[in-house]
Amino acid sequence: MPGLEDLYREIILDHYRSPRNRGELASPPATRTEGFNPLCGDEIVVYLDIDDTNTVTDIRIGGTGCSISQSSASMMSAAVRDKTIVEVKALTRAFKGMMSLHESSLDTEAELDAEAAEAEAQADAGVKLGDLEALRGVVKFPVRIKCATLAWNTLLQGIEEATEAS
Amino acid sequence: MSTVQATRTFDVAKVKADFPLLQRVLEGGPIHYLDSAASSQKPQVVIDAMTTYYETINANVHRGVYEIAEAATNALEASRIRLGQFIGAPSPETEVLFSKNATESLNLVARSWGGSNLGPGDVVLLTQLEHHANIVPWFQLQAEKGFEIRWIPLTADAQLDLTNLDVLLDGVKILALTAMSNVTGTLTPVAELTARAHAAGALVCLDACQSVPHQATDLVALGVDFAAFSGHKMLGPTGVGVLWGREALLEAMPPFLGGGGMILNVTLDGFVPADLPAKFEAGTPPVAEIIGLHAAVDYLDALGMDAIREHEISLTAYALHALTERFGEQLTIHGPAGAHSRGGVLSLAMEGIHPHDLSQVLDQHAVCVRPGHHCAKPLMKVLGVGATARASFYIYNDTDDVDALADALAEAADFFSF
Ligand SMILES: Cc1ncc(COP(=O)(O)O)c(C=O)c1O
Repeated sequence: MPGLEDLYREIILDHYRSPRNRGELASPPATRTEGFNPLCGDEIVVYLDIDDTNTVTDIRIGGTGCSISQSSASMMSAAVRDKTIVEVKALTRAFKGMMSLHESSLDTEAELDAEAAEAEAQADAGVKLGDLEALRGVVKFPVRIKCATLAWNTLLQGIEEATEAS
Repeated sequence: MSTVQATRTFDVAKVKADFPLLQRVLEGGPIHYLDSAASSQKPQVVIDAMTTYYETINANVHRGVYEIAEAATNALEASRIRLGQFIGAPSPETEVLFSKNATESLNLVARSWGGSNLGPGDVVLLTQLEHHANIVPWFQLQAEKGFEIRWIPLTADAQLDLTNLDVLLDGVKILALTAMSNVTGTLTPVAELTARAHAAGALVCLDACQSVPHQATDLVALGVDFAAFSGHKMLGPTGVGVLWGREALLEAMPPFLGGGGMILNVTLDGFVPADLPAKFEAGTPPVAEIIGLHAAVDYLDALGMDAIREHEISLTAYALHALTERFGEQLTIHGPAGAHSRGGVLSLAMEGIHPHDLSQVLDQHAVCVRPGHHCAKPLMKVLGVGATARASFYIYNDTDDVDALADALAEAADFFSF
């Protein structure tokens, strides 16, 4: 049986105790997106400011959750700030891949044109998970994968709302 | 019931020996199963009853004329009578309906009774303790029928606050409430509320899912009009539930699901529903499960429902005392303070540790508790939490299980200490 240390790495506990980017942003102009984990009742709120160069200029996290969902949200908020949407999506793909969730493309609707596909491939190649690597152990606890991905799914939804609005 | 007779007691170690699953040693050690509020374990006799059915009389019921089909039908009807007897149903042969689970039973009441009796201007009264199974069906119907839904609020210790009950009952057509909360263990004053609801002209639908498995049930004494519960929480298999209803009400209600078994006649122009109970039992019933539930009820009665309640009161009292002593302010146990006002259900909140994390640490020691909202999100909101870690007791739990829980909680507190 995988031990608690596999799951609760020190850096995870650190982000849980001192979450980064907690709070709210005025919405609008920011988007405010709620995410729910229907299994455990965790709720997360992601506030996103995205400028006209499609860059995440600010992000805040609200809501409550377990150490895994909260630390994942905290690390995510630190990782996506100042990244373009293309980069954020690439990071999300890499994170979900680490959680053994594989989605060939997060853009389910339109087929990517060649240029966009190229940008996506480039972004994928440039991804560095950094601190987020600490969450790798979650895979050994399959019921907790949903905790780790809650913030990311909410983020993607927020990006969709933000880009639809503009 | 005689008051002179002393309550029987039973030997928990012997009971435990009857449950194959409880003999398992998990990766974290010997299992401490503290999740019976979600689903109970099954004794060998229940498993055997179902196996014997499949090995000896497996056949579809009600329509066959051959020997084993008749035997299967008789076994099913015998279970109906036995279940009725277990809950004090006056006319079990017509009033005890088999369903899939309590959820389906409650949906039947909402759809069939509510669908033909509720409209604009009417009121359905619920309590803030309810499980989603006794909330969502009413919301679904409300969207079609446009009646009002009111809520009986709670006191600080999660008991029903009856201060304004008369006002709340004004115009109510049905009060639908739980007999025991699956989150806080709160026991509700069912008989008293039923009397007051009836006086106000309202019917009462009881969610007896948590009470029927854990204490003696006497429907006549309670006075309710409908009662719903699930087999799997009372040593029986999954896939079978019960709805009891007053015959006159059931007679007047339209069928819920349509299909084979529930008709008297079908022509090119329409159908005539069958008499009770078939009218509400469309399709092939879960015969093996119904037979398994019969064995479960026999097992419970052999222990004695009063003895079971006594056992759970003393184990709950032990747990409340041991946990409060050891963790003090650090641990919140939601719900009524005294073991007599609650069932054996403890919703725990450890300061600074999310229930999900708490339960994960407990799992390392094979202590099985459930984190989450327990399908009672409105109640969680009232309690001011998103989730709790819930430990719940049954006939096979003992002080060892409580001690293992306490030790694992201590380790969690240690691990997450800031
Ligand atoms: C109070 C209460 N009502 C209803 C239900 C629903 O039971 P089932 O899921 O078996 O239909 C439950 C079980 O979780 C419960 O605890």
